[in-house]
Amino acid sequence: MELILSTVIGVMYAAGAYLLLRRSIVKLILGIIFLGNATNLLILLAGGLTWGAPAFVEKGAGVVSQGSADPLPQALILTAIVIGFGLTAFALALMYRFYRISGTDDIDQVTE
Amino acid sequence: MIPLILLPVIIPLATFILLLFFRRSLVINQTVTILSAFIQFVVGFMILISVAGDGILVSQPGNWPAPFGITFVADLFSAIMLILAGLISLVISIYSVSAFGKDFQKGIYYPLISILMMGVNGAFVTGDVFNLYVWFEVMIISSFVLLTLGGTKAQMYGGLKYMTMNLISSMVFLTGLGLLYGQTGTLNIADLALKMRTLESSPLITTIAMLFFIAFGIKAALFPFFFWLPASYHTTPVTITALFSGLMTKVGIYAMIRFFTMIFVHDQQFWQPLFLTIGGLTMVVGVLTAASQYDLRRILSFHIISQIGYMVFGLGLFTISGVAGAIYFLAHNIVAKTNTFLMAGIINRIKGTFDLKALGGIYRTYPFISLLMFIPIMSLAGVPPLSGFFGKLLLIIAGFESKQWWITGVAVAVSLFTLFSMIKIWNEGFWKKTPDEDVPAAKKSVPFTMVLPVVILALLTVVMGIAAEPIIRISTAAASQMINPDEYIQAVLGR
Repeated sequence: MELILSTVIGVMYAAGAYLLLRRSIVKLILGIIFLGNATNLLILLAGGLTWGAPAFVEKGAGVVSQGSADPLPQALILTAIVIGFGLTAFALALMYRFYRISGTDDIDQVTE
Repeated sequence: MIPLILLPVIIPLATFILLLFFRRSLVINQTVTILSAFIQFVVGFMILISVAGDGILVSQPGNWPAPFGITFVADLFSAIMLILAGLISLVISIYSVSAFGKDFQKGIYYPLISILMMGVNGAFVTGDVFNLYVWFEVMIISSFVLLTLGGTKAQMYGGLKYMTMNLISSMVFLTGLGLLYGQTGTLNIADLALKMRTLESSPLITTIAMLFFIAFGIKAALFPFFFWLPASYHTTPVTITALFSGLMTKVGIYAMIRFFTMIFVHDQQFWQPLFLTIGGLTMVVGVLTAASQYDLRRILSFHIISQIGYMVFGLGLFTISGVAGAIYFLAHNIVAKTNTFLMAGIINRIKGTFDLKALGGIYRTYPFISLLMFIPIMSLAGVPPLSGFFGKLLLIIAGFESKQWWITGVAVAVSLFTLFSMIKIWNEGFWKKTPDEDVPAAKKSVPFTMVLPVVILALLTVVMGIAAEPIIRISTAAASQMINPDEYIQAVLGR
């Protein structure tokens, strides 16, 4: 499982980096989304893949019960997804505004 | 009772929420923002006094014990940065009153400043790596909007580059963070400092450190990563550039100093040459590119990069005196650099241009304002007794103590080139005759709210130079707190 996930993450990073290097802004934003999602998967993988119970704290107990999955990477990824969503929304809005003003999607076509 | 340490985050947040209800009233927006910035400044001082007297302040906002929950920590370095952040937001909000048109100010400008300040202050007080990431994001998303506010073509173009580089930096940061968690099982800075000192050096740790170095290097505009800064900083109104130059890159350098003194202590024989080389190249490339520019904002933007190199040089020595020099230089640079950008704004108000070739004769028409502007320019160049002199002096002494002759020589030479650039600004802008001598120079009045911030910052530059000793003592204490983090670990983890 680790091997498959590592390969997927590697491919996603490569695809993201490739898209970032394109001149089109749409592809640039797609590249950023790819990189963001690859990073989220990486956190999950780096936190350790285990078959565990959901991480609930039993009533009265101070810590999570034995045998549950590590809840922290999940919490981190959830936060990162929300932040990534906000940033992507802004990036798309900026791209649209840029397109409206300059009339092109190609970064090289634009000069100050 | 809210703990003192949470106030730097709560005050801007409360200001933001309050301002959203008063979008139409200009006076309320201005007054509340200035007041809030002033309170942040005072709170910064209260935190500094408390930390200096009773030791490091710690709070656990979620009531989870230290290594598990999010921790807020303020040591001396955080306190210094909080004061400076409060100061910058104070002068910028006073300056904005007459620097922008009424319609611009009635928009979302003031609420955005508050959110930006929340992100900046949060980054300074957090004791958790992931929380730092979140504050970075709060900070950059508001800076994206501030940078593109107004919506001209140049701003869109600059904003796009700025946004892309910052997003890439965030991804690299998050990647490093994920791997760091996988390696150590904790994200609490104090816990990391403890665990890293017991771990053996391994290739993975070096890789993680390199990811953090790149992430903060992009934010701080270090040598191979700085290209977004001169491409975007001159496109936005100069007041916003002043705000960014005082805070954004400095948060990057703050994070770098914190991480490479406290957490990544392995393989110094690899990191030291890297830091010193990158620092040297940043200084040289920044100052040489600045020397070839004629747009005031571009000269100053390239000087931001050059000065960042000094801080990296101080950090790269990995000694208490080196890091202390970097902290003093950071404080000096925030004050003086912001001031030069505010000064550029006044010049633009008087003459209507940033082009040095078209400027001239300001000294004859406005002697008082010119003298005022002479101070930050000379402080950046490092002329005694202003703050820039002591910043450079500390770093150069630290460099000699560590026997790093080459890099120290480079620092001295770069200082000379900085002086060249600054004299160029003075000669071209203030001293030479106006190019179109026939046109009678109509004396425009400069609004009081634009002059006052420049006066405050210029006075501070002088005070930081004349009364350098107590500030040097605080920076040295702050540096030793981070290089020997026992007190920090003890305060956060209680062991």
